[in-house]
This record gives sequence, C-alpha cells and structure tokens, in this order.
Amino acid sequence: MSKIEHNDSIIGRKYADLPGQGAEKGAITLPGERAREPEAGEESILLTTLETAMGWVRGNSLWPMPFGTACCAIEMMSMLASHYDIARFGAEVVRFSPRQADLMIVAGTIVDKMGPVLKKIYDQMPEPKYVLAMGACATSGGFYRAYHVMQGIDEIVPVDIWVPGCPPTPDGLLYGILKLKEKIERGEIRR
Amino acid sequence: MSTPTRFSSMPYTGPAPTNRSPYIPKGVDAIDKRGEEIEAKIAAPYVTSVPGQDLPTFIVEREKIVEVLRKLKEDTELRFELPVDLFGVDYPRRPEGRFDVVYQLYSFKNNERVRLVVHTDEDKAVPSSLPVFQGFDWFEREAWDMYGIKFDGHYNLRRILTHEMFQGHALRKDYDPAQRWLLTEKDVAKIVPVVEHHPEDSDFEQVTLNLGPSHPATHGTLRIVVTLDGERIIGADTEIGYLHRCFEKMSETHTYQQVIPFTDRLNYCSAIINNVGYCMAVEKLLGIEAPPRAQYIRLVLSEFMRIADHLVCIATNVLDMGALTNFWYLFQPREEIYQLVEACCGARLLPTYTRVGGLSVDAPANFLDMAKTLVKKLPKHIDDAEKLLLRNRIFLQRVEGVGAITRESAINHGYTGPCLRATGVAYDVRKAHPYMGYETYDFDIPVAEGGDTLARTLVRLEEMRQSLRILRQAIDRGLPAGPVIVDDPYVALPPKEKVYNEMESLIYHFKLIMHGIQPPVGETYFQVEGGNGELGFHLVSDGSKNPYRVRVRPPCFAVYQAFRKMIVGQTIADAIATLGSLNIIAGELDR
Ligand code: SF4
Repeated sequence: MSKIEHNDSIIGRKYADLPGQGAEKGAITLPGERAREPEAGEESILLTTLETAMGWVRGNSLWPMPFGTACCAIEMMSMLASHYDIARFGAEVVRFSPRQADLMIVAGTIVDKMGPVLKKIYDQMPEPKYVLAMGACATSGGFYRAYHVMQGIDEIVPVDIWVPGCPPTPDGLLYGILKLKEKIERGEIRR
Repeated sequence: MSTPTRFSSMPYTGPAPTNRSPYIPKGVDAIDKRGEEIEAKIAAPYVTSVPGQDLPTFIVEREKIVEVLRKLKEDTELRFELPVDLFGVDYPRRPEGRFDVVYQLYSFKNNERVRLVVHTDEDKAVPSSLPVFQGFDWFEREAWDMYGIKFDGHYNLRRILTHEMFQGHALRKDYDPAQRWLLTEKDVAKIVPVVEHHPEDSDFEQVTLNLGPSHPATHGTLRIVVTLDGERIIGADTEIGYLHRCFEKMSETHTYQQVIPFTDRLNYCSAIINNVGYCMAVEKLLGIEAPPRAQYIRLVLSEFMRIADHLVCIATNVLDMGALTNFWYLFQPREEIYQLVEACCGARLLPTYTRVGGLSVDAPANFLDMAKTLVKKLPKHIDDAEKLLLRNRIFLQRVEGVGAITRESAINHGYTGPCLRATGVAYDVRKAHPYMGYETYDFDIPVAEGGDTLARTLVRLEEMRQSLRILRQAIDRGLPAGPVIVDDPYVALPPKEKVYNEMESLIYHFKLIMHGIQPPVGETYFQVEGGNGELGFHLVSDGSKNPYRVRVRPPCFAVYQAFRKMIVGQTIADAIATLGSLNIIAGELDR
C-alpha cells in the first residue's frame, strides 16, 4: 500500500457556484486525488483509491473504547458530554466492549497491576485499531516515577497519538482525536 | 528493574539542614489533661499516655491492643465507636521495634478522638482488631502490604494495593521508590469469592463472574468477582489497587510544597478540598494560619467543588443505570463551576490552587460576580435533576431498599460522609471540628434513614442545596481584603518584584526553593469534610524538607470495604446501582 503524499486531508469541496448549482457536477476531490477538469460525461463519477475512501470513512466514524482509569477519565467524560460534544466529529459511539471499538483512549495512569488488563483489551480489539494515550501518565508515567506505575503505556501497546497535559483539556483531547483522524485519512497508520 | 538516577557526580553528603525544634500543638494542656482522664478510665498498666500531642495519644503494649480498643469502644462514657484510621510508620533501627502501628478512633458521643500507638517489629505480629472493628479490615491489609506488619488472626492477610508479583514492602524506608516489578497475565491470581450459603433446592448452578477492572459500570479501576445463583449474588469479593499510584511514597520523596499536586489527584472530582486539607495539615504543623482572604476563597471553592463532586456522582450513578439524560444534564453546571476555577488559577480539573500558607495567586477581580451568577444558576439544575430522578418510576424502583447498610454496620466499618449520613448519623467534619470559619455559617447536615441507594442520592441532592446556602451567605459577606498568602519568608515565596529587586528576598526565595519548608519535628492530624467523607492527613515531620510520612485517611477506602457484604443477596443490576451511589473514586481509594 502506498503512502499518500499530501497533507490536506479534509475533503476539498469545490463549490464554485451557489449551493445546489455546482453540486450536481459531483466535483468532490478526495485526498490523494488530483484536482482536474472533469471530462465530458464523467461529471458524476468520483475517482479515488479504495484505501483513501476507506480511510475517509474510518476517520469519520471512530468508535472509541474509553479505557479511563484516573483523573484524565473525568476530562474525557467532559469531552463526551454535552459541552464539548465529540458527536460533532462522529466519534460519540462509545463502546465498552473492545470487540466493537477501533480506538482505545487510554485516559489515566496505568499501573503495573493494570498492565495485563490493558494488554488483553488491546488484543481483543479487531483490526484496524488505534491507541490514543491521553495525558502525561499514559504517555510517560507522568510525575509518578514510582514503584507501581508503568512509565508510559508504550511499554506494552503501540501508541498512535499522544495528547500532552495533566490532564489535557477536553479541547486538547478533541484536537488529538482530530489529528488521529487526519492520520487515518492519510493512510499513515499501518500495523 | 531501575535505580534512581543520580544527577550530581559529587553528591552533598553533609547533614541535611533541618529544623530540630519540637512541634507544640495548640491547646496542648487541655489535650494532655483529657489524655490523663482517659488513661485513668482505662486504668491499665499497659497503656501509657504520651503528652504534648495534638490528640490524646497512648502507647499500648502490642498484645493488649485489642483489649484496649474494646474498652474504648464499649465504655459507656467514652464510646469511641468510629474506627478512623490505622496505618504504619517505619523507623528503621529503632531499639523498641521498627514499626509504629497508629490507630485513631472517634467518639460521636463526646466529639473527640484518641490515637493509639503500638510498637512492633518485622517478626512480631500485632493481634488483629477485626473482632472489635470490622472497619480495620483493609487498613490492616494495607499495613501488611506497605510495611510487612503482620496481624495475627486476620482472615485474609494478603496484598491489597500492589500486585501479586510485588516483592518487598514499598513504604519501608529502605525500599527504592522507583523499584518496579513485572506482572504478566499468567501471574494474575484467581479470585474465588467465599459463598456463605447456596440453597440446596436452587434451580441454578453456581456461576462465578468477573466484573472489571475495565467494565463500564466499575468506573475504570474496580474489580468485583461475584458468585451467582441464577441472578442472585451469593458471594462477592472485591480487588483494588488498579490505580495505586504510590501517593504516600511519592510524598516522602518530595518537599512539602511539591506534595500539593499529588493531593489533587486523590479525589480528582473535588481536587480543591484535598489541597485545602493537606495545606491546612501542614499549616497546623507550622502553627500558622492562612489570611482571611485565602480562607474565604478556599471555602467558596471547596463548596463549589463539593457540588461538582456530587453532580458527577449522581450523573454517573444514573448513567450506569441507563439514564443518559441526567448525565448530559448534570455535566453542564459542572463545566460552569470549572470555569470559575479556571478563572482563578488557570487549571480546570486539578487546580493545585492552594499553597502552604494561602493561595498561589489572588482570585480575579470578578470572582464574586462569577460566583454569584453560578449560585443563581445552580438551583435550577439541581431541582431539574431531582425531578428527573424522583419522578422517574424506574429510577425509584431500582434504588429503593437497594444496597442498604445499617447504622451500626456503617459505623463499625468506618463510614463517614454522605454514606454515613444516609444511615441517619449527623456527622459532618464541618460541624464537628469546624475549620476555615464553617462555624460562622448557618447550614444543616442532611440525614436520611435507611442507608440504601435512594437515601444516599437524597443526601447528596440536599447537600448540594446546603452548600449553596453556605455560598449565598459567603457571597453576602463579600471578599475580605488583604493578601492571599502569609507574609512569612520561611513558608511563602516572596513576591517576584521583590525577588528581582531586593537581596534579602532573593535569598529567601533561594532558600525556600532549595531547602523547602521545614516544619518542626512532630506529628499532626488534620481532617476536612471531603466529597466522600472525612479526608484526613496525618503528617510526621523529622524537621527536614521532605515529610517523613504523609498518611492520607481516604474516606472511600473505608466505605468500599463493606461493599462486598452489601451486595450479597441482590442482583448484579442492584450491585451496579449500589456501587455508583457510594461514589468510589479510584484515585482516593488506591492512592
Ligand atoms: S496525566 Fe495527570 S490528570 Fe491524567 S491521569 Fe495522570 S495525573 Fe491524572
């Protein structure tokens, strides 16, 4: 699978005309597709690669599995709740079953006792799966350089996005999820 | 696995600069006198009172501790019924035994406390106090886990906070704070709950089911193993420690000011209350008091935090029962409370706003206006939430009579806070031992009867209203003028302008950063009313810049230990509803 080389991941819609007038031309460019003049007769056809289309779909419908353990989980709940509202980005279908999720948000300190649990849940998630490490603790153990705290979850699972902060603000976490979405749409994540 | 990095190639080996003057508590004469009275009442040769402490303190001979506890509990005039705390302290190479086991009891009748100290050693077991106080069950297990103190006669003395493969005892002074041990899946111990009674004529097989630690209804880090007969729970066990972040060890390796951010992360739903509790404990040890303006802001924010804490508790409790509307609805006012906190210090959830001796910065100019707007807005949210709950038949049917605990059992298990008040005991630290001027405010302690999930929800709803009542009075009084931190160069950093312009201040700044606050040698205990009950800090100072021992008395820990008994005989759905109403915050439970 080739890597897609350019950065504007959000789909560029070329609505030159008033709404409703240009739309029927079907002039939508997906990432990875070069903008070009439509040839006669192909105005309602959309050309892209399968993986780009899949990436676009995946990125826009993440199903998070919240692995919240500590203080960060409270801020994650804030992000899920009405004020910040993750539903705007299509990731509100929170699944507590790893079998139905593709994004694991590790929010909070992971201690050594929790390690095997985290690993098991990660293993149970179907591919493709992504991991977001929220906060200093999940990233590096935070300020707990201590006898029972894992010094970052990448000791046991691969991580796609790290969100800094202690705790990250809900907007920070949203930004992290959007960044992950871009990464997925660019097709950068391979495992 | 790892050893601490040493950054300097030439470490300083001289004695640490320390403050060797002893701590003299306020009103020490009266306390000593009361101590003598109690000693006379127990009238036993194996009890010696220790004068000069902040609570009546006695050294008790190891073999006799259970007897003394029983006497204190059953004496009709003393009635020390509430087991508050039990923990260890390590003094390596001390001739009379390496460890101290410290017990603290509270008497509702006389509103007073005692502290009992037992000297013991690695190989000398202390008789278990479970026959007298059920509430010391997990506390004894913790002392075993952290110090290796043996308790004779404890039914289940195994590790509680650390994992199965952990070697050594982490809070001993000779344990390297960064030494970790690996746990893999195959090492995880199997838990089989004890089944007390499986009916002969049951149509069902016994099934053992594991809930958590990653389960939507166990809030992330609690593990419950239940044995079922059909749908009924006939045996249950709980495992904790999935968020044991070594708070107490970390406190010993940091200076007094540096511990404050760690306290935020205990009960992270009401972080400011923890800040206040810890800082006031250190202030008590130092014999100082924060200025009135700082006390006022602390009080206002504490009450807002209490409301936020109860909101989260109720919202997540009903969320676990499937009522999503409340969750959306109750998280909104919480956001607004956080905006106020953010305006004060720039952080939302974990503000680390207080400092020893006051606050880090002054509140913004529109602090009172913001508070006023909030206080106007909140009642509507609380009323609406109440209507959404109490007019909802499904909710009522799911909580009435569910997860009940009797008053005696609650007291015996060391319950405090809303869970105790739901059984009809009007005990609130803000009334019993007023601090920050709570005695000057007019408010009631809501109590409910029954001790079930509904009672706990009702108490929380009413407590939010009482908090609003305090807030209204506070706002009417207005913000006192003056500084927000004490003017004491040995405690508070001098203001930045002075540091840049005056030699004297620069030196104080340097000294305080390098050598920290150095409280006098001694021990003290201070308690505040947290979101979940009595949150206490016991500090032991050896006069150096790091605390010798910080013990936090976590209300959740005492509350949660009775959970496995509360759910036997009920269904899983009831257990979930009960769990939510106890408001177990893992950060505080496991520390
Ligand atoms: S990063 Fe900070 S807020 Fe998040 S879990 Fe760790 S200590 Fe708590």
